[in-house]
Amino acid sequence: MSVKILYFAWVREKTGKAEEVVDLPPGVKTVADVVAWLKTRGPEYAEAFARPGVVRAALDQTHVQPGASIAGAREIAFFPPVTGG
Amino acid sequence: MGVRVQREDFDIGAEVSRLAAGRTDIGAVVTFTGVVRDENSGGPIAGMTLEHYPGMTEQELARVEADAGKRWPLQASLIVHRVGALRPGDNIVLVVTASAHRQAAFAAAEFLMDYLKTRAPFWKKEFGPDGKEHWVEARDSDGRAAERWEDASARRS
Repeated sequence: MSVKILYFAWVREKTGKAEEVVDLPPGVKTVADVVAWLKTRGPEYAEAFARPGVVRAALDQTHVQPGASIAGAREIAFFPPVTGG
Repeated sequence: MGVRVQREDFDIGAEVSRLAAGRTDIGAVVTFTGVVRDENSGGPIAGMTLEHYPGMTEQELARVEADAGKRWPLQASLIVHRVGALRPGDNIVLVVTASAHRQAAFAAAEFLMDYLKTRAPFWKKEFGPDGKEHWVEARDSDGRAAERWEDASARRS
Protein backbone atom coordinates (compact mmCIF):
# COMPACT_ATOMS: atom_id res chain seq x y z
CA MET A 1 0.00 0.00 0.00
CA SER A 2 1.38 3.39 -1.03
CA VAL A 3 0.79 6.20 1.46
CA LYS A 4 2.06 9.69 2.16
CA ILE A 5 3.74 10.14 5.53
CA LEU A 6 4.20 13.60 7.08
CA TYR A 7 6.48 14.55 9.97
CA PHE A 8 6.24 17.69 12.08
CA ALA A 9 8.33 19.63 14.61
CA TRP A 10 11.13 17.55 16.23
CA VAL A 11 9.89 14.36 14.57
CA ARG A 12 10.57 16.08 11.22
CA GLU A 13 14.00 17.24 12.40
CA LYS A 14 14.98 13.77 13.60
CA THR A 15 13.80 11.92 10.48
CA GLY A 16 15.33 14.65 8.32
CA LYS A 17 12.28 15.00 6.10
CA ALA A 18 8.91 16.74 6.12
CA GLU A 19 7.15 14.13 4.02
CA GLU A 20 7.69 11.03 1.92
CA VAL A 21 5.64 8.50 -0.02
CA VAL A 22 6.28 4.92 1.09
CA ASP A 23 5.12 1.46 0.09
CA LEU A 24 4.04 -0.27 3.26
CA PRO A 25 4.54 -4.05 3.47
CA PRO A 26 1.32 -6.12 3.64
CA GLY A 27 1.70 -6.95 7.34
CA VAL A 28 1.46 -3.30 8.37
CA LYS A 29 -2.14 -2.81 9.52
CA THR A 30 -2.16 -0.23 12.30
CA VAL A 31 -0.49 3.06 13.20
CA ALA A 32 1.68 1.18 15.71
CA ASP A 33 2.72 -1.21 12.92
CA VAL A 34 3.75 1.77 10.78
CA VAL A 35 5.91 3.10 13.61
CA ALA A 36 7.53 -0.33 14.15
CA TRP A 37 8.22 -0.60 10.41
CA LEU A 38 9.61 2.94 10.14
CA LYS A 39 12.01 2.22 13.03
CA THR A 40 13.61 -0.55 10.94
CA ARG A 41 14.41 1.90 8.11
CA GLY A 42 17.38 3.62 9.73
CA PRO A 43 18.86 5.17 12.86
CA GLU A 44 17.18 8.52 12.20
CA TYR A 45 13.74 6.84 12.38
CA ALA A 46 14.73 4.76 15.41
CA GLU A 47 15.78 8.01 17.10
CA ALA A 48 12.58 9.89 16.13
CA PHE A 49 10.37 7.13 17.56
CA ALA A 50 12.69 6.12 20.40
CA ARG A 51 10.48 7.19 23.30
CA PRO A 52 7.43 4.92 23.24
CA GLY A 53 4.07 6.65 23.31
CA VAL A 54 5.41 10.20 22.92
CA VAL A 55 4.89 10.69 19.18
CA ARG A 56 1.26 11.32 18.25
CA ALA A 57 -0.41 10.34 14.98
CA ALA A 58 -3.16 11.49 12.65
CA LEU A 59 -4.81 9.57 9.80
CA ASP A 60 -6.10 11.80 7.01
CA GLN A 61 -5.81 14.80 9.34
CA THR A 62 -7.72 13.29 12.28
CA HIS A 63 -6.11 12.39 15.63
CA VAL A 64 -5.87 8.62 16.18
CA GLN A 65 -4.54 6.16 18.76
CA PRO A 66 -1.68 3.73 17.97
CA GLY A 67 -4.11 0.84 17.55
CA ALA A 68 -6.07 2.56 14.76
CA SER A 69 -6.33 0.68 11.44
CA ILE A 70 -4.62 2.40 8.51
CA ALA A 71 -6.86 0.70 5.94
CA GLY A 72 -7.79 3.23 3.26
CA ALA A 73 -5.65 6.02 4.71
CA ARG A 74 -4.06 8.39 2.19
CA GLU A 75 -2.03 10.46 4.64
CA ILE A 76 -0.40 9.49 7.93
CA ALA A 77 1.18 12.20 10.10
CA PHE A 78 3.52 11.86 13.08
CA PHE A 79 4.21 14.71 15.50
CA PRO A 80 4.98 15.59 19.14
CA PRO A 81 2.22 16.55 21.59
CA VAL A 82 0.81 19.88 20.39
CA THR A 83 1.87 23.18 21.97
CA GLY A 84 -0.27 25.90 20.37
CA GLY A 85 -2.33 28.61 22.02
CA MET B 1 -18.36 31.55 13.24
CA GLY B 2 -14.93 31.17 11.77
CA VAL B 3 -11.35 30.00 12.14
CA ARG B 4 -8.22 31.43 10.56
CA VAL B 5 -4.54 30.52 10.58
CA GLN B 6 -2.31 33.37 9.43
CA ARG B 7 1.20 34.80 9.62
CA GLU B 8 0.11 38.40 10.01
CA ASP B 9 -1.04 40.08 13.22
CA PHE B 10 -4.73 40.62 14.02
CA ASP B 11 -6.62 43.70 15.20
CA ILE B 12 -8.87 42.75 18.11
CA GLY B 13 -11.17 45.76 17.74
CA ALA B 14 -11.64 45.20 14.01
CA GLU B 15 -12.33 41.47 14.54
CA VAL B 16 -14.99 42.15 17.19
CA SER B 17 -16.63 44.87 15.07
CA ARG B 18 -16.82 42.55 12.07
CA LEU B 19 -18.21 39.71 14.20
CA ALA B 20 -20.97 41.82 15.71
CA ALA B 21 -21.75 43.97 12.65
CA GLY B 22 -25.47 44.41 12.04
CA ARG B 23 -26.51 42.28 15.02
CA THR B 24 -28.54 43.38 18.00
CA ASP B 25 -29.06 39.98 19.64
CA ILE B 26 -25.57 39.90 21.20
CA GLY B 27 -25.44 40.92 24.84
CA ALA B 28 -21.91 39.81 25.68
CA VAL B 29 -18.62 39.58 23.80
CA VAL B 30 -15.60 37.92 25.40
CA THR B 31 -12.16 38.09 23.82
CA PHE B 32 -9.05 36.19 24.84
CA THR B 33 -5.65 37.10 23.41
CA GLY B 34 -2.57 34.94 23.86
CA VAL B 35 0.71 36.88 23.77
CA VAL B 36 4.36 35.78 23.50
CA ARG B 37 6.12 36.15 26.89
CA ASP B 38 9.79 36.99 27.30
CA GLU B 39 10.42 34.00 29.54
CA ASN B 40 9.36 30.37 29.82
CA SER B 41 10.13 27.94 32.66
CA GLY B 42 12.49 30.51 34.14
CA GLY B 43 14.58 31.00 30.99
CA PRO B 44 14.62 34.17 28.85
CA ILE B 45 12.93 33.94 25.43
CA ALA B 46 13.98 36.12 22.50
CA GLY B 47 11.45 34.70 20.05
CA MET B 48 9.73 31.63 18.66
CA THR B 49 8.65 29.93 15.48
CA LEU B 50 5.18 28.43 15.31
CA GLU B 51 4.80 25.45 12.99
CA HIS B 52 1.47 23.84 12.10
CA TYR B 53 -0.14 21.11 10.00
CA PRO B 54 -1.94 22.98 7.20
CA GLY B 55 -5.39 21.53 6.62
CA MET B 56 -5.62 19.56 9.85
CA THR B 57 -5.16 22.72 11.91
CA GLU B 58 -8.16 24.42 10.31
CA GLN B 59 -10.23 21.22 10.64
CA GLU B 60 -9.41 20.82 14.33
CA LEU B 61 -10.11 24.47 15.09
CA ALA B 62 -13.45 24.23 13.26
CA ARG B 63 -14.29 21.06 15.19
CA VAL B 64 -13.48 22.69 18.54
CA GLU B 65 -15.55 25.72 17.56
CA ALA B 66 -18.49 23.52 16.55
CA ASP B 67 -18.24 21.69 19.91
CA ALA B 68 -18.46 25.02 21.75
CA GLY B 69 -21.52 25.95 19.67
CA LYS B 70 -23.25 22.74 20.79
CA ARG B 71 -22.48 23.34 24.48
CA TRP B 72 -23.41 27.03 24.74
CA PRO B 73 -25.89 29.31 22.97
CA LEU B 74 -23.36 31.35 20.98
CA GLN B 75 -24.41 34.01 18.50
CA ALA B 76 -20.92 34.09 17.02
CA SER B 77 -17.38 32.92 17.61
CA LEU B 78 -13.96 33.32 16.05
CA ILE B 79 -10.53 31.72 16.42
CA VAL B 80 -7.47 33.34 14.84
CA HIS B 81 -4.09 31.64 15.37
CA ARG B 82 -0.78 32.96 14.07
CA VAL B 83 2.09 30.89 12.68
CA GLY B 84 5.66 31.72 11.68
CA ALA B 85 8.18 33.90 13.48
CA LEU B 86 6.99 35.72 16.63
CA ARG B 87 8.74 37.84 19.24
CA PRO B 88 7.92 38.70 22.88
CA GLY B 89 4.92 41.00 22.98
CA ASP B 90 3.47 39.67 19.71
CA ASN B 91 -0.06 38.30 19.63
CA ILE B 92 -0.33 34.53 19.11
CA VAL B 93 -3.98 33.62 19.33
CA LEU B 94 -7.36 35.35 19.48
CA VAL B 95 -10.60 33.76 20.64
CA VAL B 96 -13.86 35.73 20.47
CA THR B 97 -17.21 34.46 21.70
CA ALA B 98 -20.52 36.30 21.57
CA SER B 99 -23.72 35.33 23.32
CA ALA B 100 -26.88 36.85 24.72
CA HIS B 101 -25.44 36.64 28.24
CA ARG B 102 -21.95 36.72 29.69
CA GLN B 103 -21.84 33.28 31.32
CA ALA B 104 -21.98 31.41 28.01
CA ALA B 105 -19.48 33.75 26.37
CA PHE B 106 -16.95 33.44 29.24
CA ALA B 107 -17.29 29.66 29.51
CA ALA B 108 -17.11 29.07 25.76
CA ALA B 109 -13.98 31.22 25.40
CA GLU B 110 -12.23 29.24 28.13
CA PHE B 111 -13.35 25.95 26.59
CA LEU B 112 -12.07 26.98 23.15
CA MET B 113 -8.64 27.84 24.53
CA ASP B 114 -8.38 24.69 26.66
CA TYR B 115 -9.34 22.49 23.73
CA LEU B 116 -7.27 24.14 21.05
CA LYS B 117 -4.19 23.84 23.28
CA THR B 118 -4.55 20.05 23.42
CA ARG B 119 -5.97 19.30 19.94
CA ALA B 120 -4.91 21.85 17.32
CA PRO B 121 -1.64 20.76 15.62
CA PHE B 122 0.66 23.69 16.40
CA TRP B 123 4.23 23.39 17.71
CA LYS B 124 6.34 26.14 19.26
CA LYS B 125 10.09 26.31 18.93
CA GLU B 126 11.59 28.96 21.18
CA PHE B 127 15.02 30.53 21.12
CA GLY B 128 16.86 32.45 23.81
CA PRO B 129 19.02 35.59 23.58
CA ASP B 130 21.98 33.24 22.93
CA GLY B 131 20.20 31.89 19.82
CA LYS B 132 19.82 28.39 21.31
CA GLU B 133 16.60 26.74 20.14
CA HIS B 134 14.35 24.22 21.83
CA TRP B 135 10.92 22.75 21.19
CA VAL B 136 8.34 23.66 23.81
CA GLU B 137 7.10 20.60 25.72
CA ALA B 138 3.38 20.01 26.18
CA ARG B 139 2.24 20.73 29.73
CA ASP B 140 0.30 18.21 31.77
CA SER B 141 -1.71 21.13 33.16
CA ASP B 142 -3.05 21.84 29.64
CA GLY B 143 -4.26 18.26 29.36
CA ARG B 144 -5.97 18.53 32.75
CA ALA B 145 -7.55 21.87 31.79
CA ALA B 146 -9.18 20.23 28.76
CA GLU B 147 -10.19 17.12 30.73
CA ARG B 148 -12.27 19.05 33.23
CA TRP B 149 -14.72 19.86 30.40
CA GLU B 150 -15.07 16.11 29.79
CA ASP B 151 -15.91 15.70 33.50
CA ALA B 152 -18.44 18.52 33.23
CA SER B 153 -20.22 16.90 30.27
CA ALA B 154 -20.14 13.49 31.98
CA ARG B 155 -21.86 15.00 35.02
CA ARG B 156 -24.52 16.64 32.89
CA SER B 157 -25.46 13.46 31.02
